[in-house]
Amino acid sequence: MPEITYREALNQALREEMLRDESVLLLGEDIGVFDGSFKVTQGLYKEFGERRVKDTPISEDTIVGAGVGAAMAGLRPVVEIMTVNFSLLATDQVVNHAAKIRYMFGGHATVPLVIRMPGGGGHQLGAQHSQSLEVWYANIPGLVVVAPATPADAKGLLKTSIRDDNPVVFIENEGLYNTKGEVPEGEFLPPLGQADVKRQGTDVSLVSHSRMVLLCLAAADQLAQEGIEAEVVDLRSLRPLDVATIRTSVEKTNHAVVVEEGWGSYGITAETAALIYEAAFDFLESPVARISGVEVPMPYAKQMEQACIPTVEQIVAGAKKTLGKAA
Amino acid sequence: MAVDTKQQDQALAGHSREELLDLHHLMLLNRRFEEKVGEMYTRAKVGGFLHLNIGEEATFVGAIKALRPGDYVYSTYREHGHAISHGVDPKRVMAELFGRVDGTSRGRGGSMHLFDPEKRFMGGYAIVAGSIALAVGTAMAVQYRDGDEVVMSIFGDGATNNGTFHESLNLAKVWNLPVLFVCVNNQYGMGSAVERVSAVKEMYRKAWGYDIPAERVDGMDIVAVLDAARAAAQSIRDEKTPYFLEAVTYRYRGHSMADPQVYRSKEEVEEWRKRDAIEGFRHRLREAGIASDDDFDAHEKDVERIVQEAVDFADASPEPDPSTDLTQDVYAGDLPVTWR
Repeated sequence: MPEITYREALNQALREEMLRDESVLLLGEDIGVFDGSFKVTQGLYKEFGERRVKDTPISEDTIVGAGVGAAMAGLRPVVEIMTVNFSLLATDQVVNHAAKIRYMFGGHATVPLVIRMPGGGGHQLGAQHSQSLEVWYANIPGLVVVAPATPADAKGLLKTSIRDDNPVVFIENEGLYNTKGEVPEGEFLPPLGQADVKRQGTDVSLVSHSRMVLLCLAAADQLAQEGIEAEVVDLRSLRPLDVATIRTSVEKTNHAVVVEEGWGSYGITAETAALIYEAAFDFLESPVARISGVEVPMPYAKQMEQACIPTVEQIVAGAKKTLGKAA
Repeated sequence: MAVDTKQQDQALAGHSREELLDLHHLMLLNRRFEEKVGEMYTRAKVGGFLHLNIGEEATFVGAIKALRPGDYVYSTYREHGHAISHGVDPKRVMAELFGRVDGTSRGRGGSMHLFDPEKRFMGGYAIVAGSIALAVGTAMAVQYRDGDEVVMSIFGDGATNNGTFHESLNLAKVWNLPVLFVCVNNQYGMGSAVERVSAVKEMYRKAWGYDIPAERVDGMDIVAVLDAARAAAQSIRDEKTPYFLEAVTYRYRGHSMADPQVYRSKEEVEEWRKRDAIEGFRHRLREAGIASDDDFDAHEKDVERIVQEAVDFADASPEPDPSTDLTQDVYAGDLPVTWR
């Protein structure tokens, strides 16, 4: 299997789906002539032209709304919002429109729309450019929320999302774009709403999504050196959330650490921990450990910022704590 | 056949008698429908918020009748008449208001969320200005397919103070999309008079900022609205540019049924009622010798029948069953829905 970056994987997914289906088109700020803020759409404007790769004004609410209206008329738009932080300007269209239209119109409408956006911190971009807000969207019925961790899943899940008839909020991570991984050749279409066990283990389950999966895998490596076999569960989809895979893992390991880059209060870790208590309480031998971002607006200074984001060491320590071992 | 008017009512010339009577019938149907809905609301057959459009009939009937089959309409939460005028069956509209399974949205939408894709009535939306962006997107799809349909976006004066309105006009012009923006200016955003909340008092002037051709018409004059909208739609198809139409009107009832109307005087309402679109149109048709009270009486009987049939249909339609219907259609396909 060829090894490519997460960015290249997304680019390939967009290109292949545009070649496959004439109704797929791209909308977003600086995705065309400029080749994309994070270069995910690189080369596509040149290849497909401005009819199918549309540069938009800085009008997030209306970009998403236009995507919804085009999807209702039968196209399959892929909207790029430059970062999740700017998507807050579009929440009316995402939450009040895209998510509601099918249900509130009695199932007579379909919104086959993908809204891509990267989140995450770690690049000294300050409070307004470093958030992980996927939980805002994961709370909303009617949306599908996907957050892949690897190039293979990034490519496969983006293709699945484009072919799906639901509005999909597709959350990337700025810290993942340059990461590399093997990507299957040919059609690889992982289903929405299905988690993936990225590493098998028997002693403790490390449950996370997006970039934190890589930290969990690194933590599992360290734990293995101490004889602890950690299982790494990559949620991949945050809505619908794959409860069965989480439960199966915890039933096997009897210990769980849940991790997210964003703020944990009311967050993904709050949800996954609650689900573990609901679904596998009798199998737990210790409380679930929660690891999440420090709950402050992201500071600029490097040491300050790094202190906000979960680390491999914290995950290792969390795992040991659930196992009753000294950190 | 064009009408030979006895009086010099030039505006009526060029319209067939059949078309003019059709306009009267549709305005009357919408008025009687709304009056009946108000009655049903007081009898608790209709719940939630209810925004009646009584007084505004000439604006939306005129604008929508200017469209061709296949053209799209996006609307707001005051949209019963917009749906009916675009061909949605009044029975299914009433059933939706009653919250029944035969409603346009299977009882999930209610008064503010009518929808009929077959008629290309693309929905009533309850976030002010929100649906304007959707109309822009559908127009983008029309352009993408090289179609010649027009997408009509109907909204109120209040929406013109919202950011999405401005973003949408800008984008529509940047891409020269086939959108006919129709601002139904009833002069109040809920209880706030236009002059208290809008720096620009004439809504159509806001389109100038985006280089969109725009004009203002008397929204109590059905023929003026129809003619202006028809010319606008033609301009959109010929010139490949959006168009903005403002129709100045007045709603006789409150913003919703829960509105004591402290923000305006009874005298003001009475003044506008004197300019009533239906009464005024009848007067013109009589003066021009096109129609008589016998015609209007026949229309009254006919719309009474249609409205009563709608009520009977809605009453007979089953209520949705939460045990089977509640979690359907949250998603297309078979994605699971959480129900603890």
